[in-house]
Amino acid sequence: MKVAYWPGCVSRGFTPELHGSMAKVAPLLDIELIELDRAACCGAGVIAEHNQELADTLNARTFALAQQTDGELMMNICSTCQGAQSECQERLDANTAYRDHINSNLEDENLRYAKGLTNKNFLWLLVEEIGLDALRERVKRPLTDLRVGPFYGCYIVRPVNRLGIDEEHPRDRYLHTLIEALGGTVVDYAGVYKCCGFPIVTMNKEASLTQAGRHIGDALDAQADCLVVPCPLCHLNLDLQQPAASKVVGRELGLPVLHLPQLVGLALGLEPKELGMNRHIVRPTSVIDWSTAVVGHHALT
Amino acid sequence: MPQYTLKIRRYDPQSGNAAYWDEHTIDMREHNSVLDGILKVKGDTDGSIGIRCSCQQGICGSCGVRMNGKPGLACNTHLDEAARRGSSNGDATIEVEPMGNMPVIRDLIVDMDAVHWKKIQRVTPWLINKEPIPEREYIVPHENMIDVTQTMACIQCGACVSDCLSMEVDPGFIGPAALAKAYRFVGDPRDAEHEQRLRDLAEDEHGIYDCTHCFNCIDACPKGVDPMSQIMRLRRISGSDYEIEDRNNGYRHEQAFVKNIRKNGLLHEADLLPDSYGGKFHPRAVPELLSSLPTIATALARRKVTPAKALLHRHKSPKEVKALFDKIEGREERNELNIYVTGHEDDDPAAEKPSAPETEDTA
Repeated sequence: MKVAYWPGCVSRGFTPELHGSMAKVAPLLDIELIELDRAACCGAGVIAEHNQELADTLNARTFALAQQTDGELMMNICSTCQGAQSECQERLDANTAYRDHINSNLEDENLRYAKGLTNKNFLWLLVEEIGLDALRERVKRPLTDLRVGPFYGCYIVRPVNRLGIDEEHPRDRYLHTLIEALGGTVVDYAGVYKCCGFPIVTMNKEASLTQAGRHIGDALDAQADCLVVPCPLCHLNLDLQQPAASKVVGRELGLPVLHLPQLVGLALGLEPKELGMNRHIVRPTSVIDWSTAVVGHHALT
Repeated sequence: MPQYTLKIRRYDPQSGNAAYWDEHTIDMREHNSVLDGILKVKGDTDGSIGIRCSCQQGICGSCGVRMNGKPGLACNTHLDEAARRGSSNGDATIEVEPMGNMPVIRDLIVDMDAVHWKKIQRVTPWLINKEPIPEREYIVPHENMIDVTQTMACIQCGACVSDCLSMEVDPGFIGPAALAKAYRFVGDPRDAEHEQRLRDLAEDEHGIYDCTHCFNCIDACPKGVDPMSQIMRLRRISGSDYEIEDRNNGYRHEQAFVKNIRKNGLLHEADLLPDSYGGKFHPRAVPELLSSLPTIATALARRKVTPAKALLHRHKSPKEVKALFDKIEGREERNELNIYVTGHEDDDPAAEKPSAPETEDTA
């Protein structure tokens, strides 16, 4: 399938391995990515906090650019983009006069957002468009014996009404079902639906890193081999800041944190290095050992 | 009649014994409330279960508890709904626990005075009238009044406080209920102390900039108060209308972020950190940057971040993006859509739908 692809900022900035691994995984799933290279930052909630019209206009512009492509829908790889864009889209879709006003801001570029764009995070697309059965068929290296802790990130699970989470679309369970479909073991721990702390890392560093440190500690106590996150901002606090978080909570940590496309890529047979896992701050040794052990096992049988 | 298992968390801090789960099976209809279930067990089997309740109609706000992990009113949560939350396999067990972030007095009763009410009092929760007070009615624009009725709908049940993830790590945080109450007055045109209230809440390092955007309070609230959105309104007015500098660097961070996107189109993280503290050479930035050096060094070593990427501005926004910033930020008044006031067109059958040709032209 063809999708208008919005990678977000951080996947091309401080977590380049996310954008890179998505590019490697997409062809294996027959996803054609039409990158929205002229689109701007979603605002991550901060621009909306500063000026709502500005945030709504920037995202309406992104949506309009997506609607100009021949993609079936728009796809993102960042929970924060999903949440911030859904919030703007809710306002744009709620009121014709407001949408017309925002569209008038885009007249100079001949862009216009038409109500009703479908914008899905890669996680939602995997489950709802590709389907877990189809995904299972493509698994080359099942995540057997790999204990994976899901970490959703706030923006992709709340608020449930805005994000369309209901019994028909249990999007707050998708990471669980995905890990199982890839052959892994889901580790349930206290932090699954909690906040990584990133939004307040410059405002209250101690509280922010306490959040990150506690969730990692809880996952370790539940014997996770790694965490998987659909959000690069969570990755910054859980991986890049993990050594600092370890000091704040006063315990040794050292838990690898994988981006969603990296976990999928491993199961589809890609090598950890191809997926940029050597760029992580916390060496994903447990995951790499696991992948070589599994490859060795497959070679023998 | 369906059968449900109520697992009630029992705890008496004065007993010296640890908390334990107390299991009871009840036969009740799906649309009976969790409170109906608890009161049945209390009446039929064990009168010692501690639960606070009064109206049983979702109005008094007394019976806040956590049901299968989510906070809410026991009296307006159906048994089947609470059971569904717990598991995807149709198991009809409901774990009922006291609310979080507040000390337990006994079983399901928490100390609201120690946390919730103290924080509400913290925000001066009454109107300070503008002088002179009119002799007759005080005329207020309709939209302003509807806007503040959203926060006036709060019944002080504490569900949002229970699951506030900032408060979980920083008990000093003023929190969602009290900050929503603060907006009730900052959004009220009759109040004389908007700026003073905002200064107070911005200068408190546990104030408006201590919220971590987790949205838990929005989903927790049984009355649709949307506390996090009210906190964002407080920030917007504090920063954009009064330019109030705060002790958390929240306003500076917001300014740095907006400047960053205007300049680069995409977020350029290497500039954001120093700018959030007032620029690379600002006295507050120096210790922050020094303490971040080990993190930055490891990132460079792993080639996560390359010096070229960190130092050069590779992202260039089209001039169109800059033009949008200039146009919108140059307006005399901010333009906002408050869905609470306007509603969703789709929910209103009388509202006009967008005309079909227009949609087709732009699709």
